[in-house]
Amino acid sequence: MSRVAWLALLAVLLAGFPWIAGEFYVNLTSQIFIAAIFAASLNLLVGYGGLPSLGHAAFLGMAAYLSALLYLKLGLGHWITAPIVLAATTLMACVFGWIALRATGLSFLMLTLALSQVLWGTAYRWVAVTEGDNGLRGLTRPAPFGISLDDPAAFYYFTLAITVLAIWIMARFVGSSFGAALRGTRDQPRRMSALGHNVWLIRWITFVYAGFWGAVSGLLFVYYNKYIHPASLSLTSSAEGLLGVIAGGSGTLAGPIVGAALVMILKNYVSAYIERWNMLLGFVFVMIVIFMPDGLVPGIRRLWARWKAK
Amino acid sequence: MQFWIVQTLNSLALGGLLFLLAAGFSLIFGLMRIANLTHGSLFMLGAYIGVSILKFVPNLWLAALLGGVAVAAFGGLLERLILRRLAGNVLGQVLVTLGVAYIIADLCLMVWGGDPIPVPTPELLRQPIVIGGVAFPSYRLVVVGIAIITAIALYLLMERTRLGAMIRAGVDDMQMARAVGIPVSRLFTIVFCLGSALAGAGGIIGGPILSAYPGLDFDMLPLALIVVILGGVGSLLGAFVGSFIIGAIYTFGTALLPGLAYVILFLPMIFVIAFRPRGLFGKVTT
Repeated sequence: MSRVAWLALLAVLLAGFPWIAGEFYVNLTSQIFIAAIFAASLNLLVGYGGLPSLGHAAFLGMAAYLSALLYLKLGLGHWITAPIVLAATTLMACVFGWIALRATGLSFLMLTLALSQVLWGTAYRWVAVTEGDNGLRGLTRPAPFGISLDDPAAFYYFTLAITVLAIWIMARFVGSSFGAALRGTRDQPRRMSALGHNVWLIRWITFVYAGFWGAVSGLLFVYYNKYIHPASLSLTSSAEGLLGVIAGGSGTLAGPIVGAALVMILKNYVSAYIERWNMLLGFVFVMIVIFMPDGLVPGIRRLWARWKAK
Repeated sequence: MQFWIVQTLNSLALGGLLFLLAAGFSLIFGLMRIANLTHGSLFMLGAYIGVSILKFVPNLWLAALLGGVAVAAFGGLLERLILRRLAGNVLGQVLVTLGVAYIIADLCLMVWGGDPIPVPTPELLRQPIVIGGVAFPSYRLVVVGIAIITAIALYLLMERTRLGAMIRAGVDDMQMARAVGIPVSRLFTIVFCLGSALAGAGGIIGGPILSAYPGLDFDMLPLALIVVILGGVGSLLGAFVGSFIIGAIYTFGTALLPGLAYVILFLPMIFVIAFRPRGLFGKVTT
């Protein structure tokens, strides 16, 4: 089958999914979409920029908390909060990027981790504003054009639309000449510099851009859960995103989506049967890294090519 | 007055514990270029193993020694069996060490349960030392002493022995070190074991102050991380100075501004990074 036929089949499946599947699976798929945007935005840094970030949850969590606080403390509606939240979180990404990109490689990783830990610690300890470990409750989902998103199917389509849009725009970003320059800074930063590219600026713009999409996933996340807890800002949250990117295949477009789905399914489905979720998650981390270092998508592609060659 | 003295001693004791943790983290980072995210878990594992050893051997120092050895063995296995396969794969190493950290956390929860386990202070050190009407908690003074002795021992090891010279050579230029015949791969295991031992022993020694509880691992890890970023990667002096700075900021921050302690904690790090990316005493930039 051609590529177009595959895509058409996928589109039909995704569009018809709420009719054939039960509520549990519809909700699970909505969560997968949100995780996919998150992982795809992280992949811009990790896969295409060669910048290992372990603090991407900062953007998801910040957007979610801001949206919740604007609603709870100021009573603002979703039409006003969403742009404010996206702008503010992107602004934060500007500052975080400026700090974290003082370094590259492992030091960059530690800086992103440290920065996200600041937010996590603040969300935990600044009880007067964030309610600490109790999290913020009593949130609502938006109702665009008067359609309530409290219905699982309605929320599914809302998330699907935004996810398709987000992935498409990110794919355009990667495919653009800027994306090519970004991959250049990943593979040969000195040569890129010698060619007259501003390596730092390319990385910084990518960081901010990834932060913006992280914020988008954060908004969807808080809409879905109608609740936000410091755990969303934690190292675990960042690491799950990173695991999704790696499990699926970093530096590929489909990889983070597949990886995010894998992590989400494990988390929601398997943890219902197995009590020791954390240990399982740990083993999954170790196994994926050891046995699938390139990720699922490139691995399957290789198998496919070998099978076709026979 | 008493408040300030107690808090100062608390901050020094925390600084000492942080040094035990961060020295190994920094050496491992400097030599092997691995951000070992299990390091906080090794600290916690040490604390829990110490709790169990104390049931049979009622001596904290012996427990620290045995626990340190046990955690060192675990670290050695981790390095030999898993991390070795991932040389050069930064993200892989990060995820694997994090995965192992989750496994350790869950194992500890399984074996030792979810309630914090207090570790008794050694008999001799329970009474505070009173000087001029002011009481100094003596155990905390001993912890600071241990940290200083460890720092001196590590300094001598690094600067005055053949092994230390080889490690320094590896930190400075690994390819050159390999080329002149230094067994860098064996050094990796030695340094990883040494770092694990320090973290494990630190966990038990910290027991009477922090006790052993689930979550100790990820309470300590970020602190070790900032110490190393602040002090400079691979620098013993940096780890030492950084530990006491962070110990002080964290202790006073928690006492005076509990809501924002975490922000205050990270501010100096962000400040240092902005003006001196390799940290206060760092030589290597990664």
